[in-house]
Amino acid sequence: MRIAHEIVEGHESLQDVYLVAVPNGGVPLGRILVQNLEELTGVRVPLGLLDTTLYRDDVLVTSERPPLRVTEMPSSVDERVVLLVEDVVSTGRTIRAAMDGLMDFGRPRAVRVVALIDRGHRELPIKIDFVGKNVPTRPGESVTLRGRTCDGLEGALEVVLESEG
Amino acid sequence: MLGKDLLGIEDLARPEIELILDTAQRMTEIGTREVKKVPTLRGRTIVNLFFEASTRTQTSFEIAGKRLAADVVNFSALSSSLSKNESILDTAKTLDAMDPDCVIVRHRVAGVPKRIADVLTAPVINAGDGAHEHPSQALLDMLTVFQQKDRLDGLTVAIIGDISHSRVARSNIYGFGKMGAEVRVAGPPTMLPADVETLGVKAYTSLREALDGADVVMALRIQLERLDGAIFPSLREYSATFGLDRSKLRYAKDDAIVMHPGPVNRGVELSHDLADHRPSVILDQVRNGVALRMALLYLIAGRQVREAKGKD
Repeated sequence: MRIAHEIVEGHESLQDVYLVAVPNGGVPLGRILVQNLEELTGVRVPLGLLDTTLYRDDVLVTSERPPLRVTEMPSSVDERVVLLVEDVVSTGRTIRAAMDGLMDFGRPRAVRVVALIDRGHRELPIKIDFVGKNVPTRPGESVTLRGRTCDGLEGALEVVLESEG
Repeated sequence: MLGKDLLGIEDLARPEIELILDTAQRMTEIGTREVKKVPTLRGRTIVNLFFEASTRTQTSFEIAGKRLAADVVNFSALSSSLSKNESILDTAKTLDAMDPDCVIVRHRVAGVPKRIADVLTAPVINAGDGAHEHPSQALLDMLTVFQQKDRLDGLTVAIIGDISHSRVARSNIYGFGKMGAEVRVAGPPTMLPADVETLGVKAYTSLREALDGADVVMALRIQLERLDGAIFPSLREYSATFGLDRSKLRYAKDDAIVMHPGPVNRGVELSHDLADHRPSVILDQVRNGVALRMALLYLIAGRQVREAKGKD
């Protein structure tokens, strides 16, 4: 809800705002934001889903190809302010891929990034405009979000830090 | 999942078919965009190696490759004669030395794609070999049926026509069978292979019986150029007995769909009306062909090259 407030404060009007969530992680947050923004302002912003798999820079690195996820862009992004919605941002590579994909759907007036968690370790010059929580991690640690469902987020989110090997 | 090459549906397990169909279904969305291109296979080279004329399949693979941003080269070797089998392999080896990431092979002799695959580093996709297999056609047929019926398991699929000479029939028999559908074949006795029922299908010489309760009716192309009156007496007789029109279609289920791999001999396998209108889904098949071949290239192209060089 705090993110939604910040989005409202950061934009003169939500009329041009278009949320584009990155499956699968960004989708529950995207749905919640649509609801929250409507409660706050009465404006129902469109929600698109954009799979970044075919734009990833590591998609051909291994011999097993990652499975494709859903892409559904209900309307053109031309002249819209697009908010890319992701659950956890780290290296920034997924956001880079999402920006490339977005440009295939038109020419947005601006692109901003919304993330629930920023865990650091950026490898590309990507900045998050609206963030839920900064979670500093060490390389090798992973962040797991609990309390997430397909339709939204139930109750409080629990952030679990886990060390990998 | 999935080997180096895709030579036939016979080699695929059900989860592999499902992976291909799921991937293809996602790929269909790209064809609806204004910019119908993704950068996935940028810098990869795909060679269409066609020893037999095929505008449709070749174009479909070419568009599929280009939509994934690959460079697609068409190498047509139509004049190569059967007796020069060595020269086919030489041609293939020459191509291989140019480091393609995938080679699409069509040949009028069964087994040639396999022989080529055995000597190539690059993955090979069979785009039709003799009366053996045409896997990408069967997969796009399965995708089309899935979109219409939401399932393959438990459906009844009737394939009508020259089963003996049809790689489309053979690949679909394997494919739909593996996905849990009941497959029937029907045609004049001269067009039904004697051992076809060993493939797990039921053979009919009566169209009416074959269509009874069918969810999907697939008419095969009669290869006019291949027939010199040897297999059946006349086109008119074939058309009267096995040609589909709306009145014969009533034998099938009310919501049955009609398919055809194309190009249709209008008035022979299908009436003009059925060739152009629902419940025929012929153009859906063509559209899905591009998405399906994009899925194959995504899943297969460039793999073996990397593996041969070792994972890093």
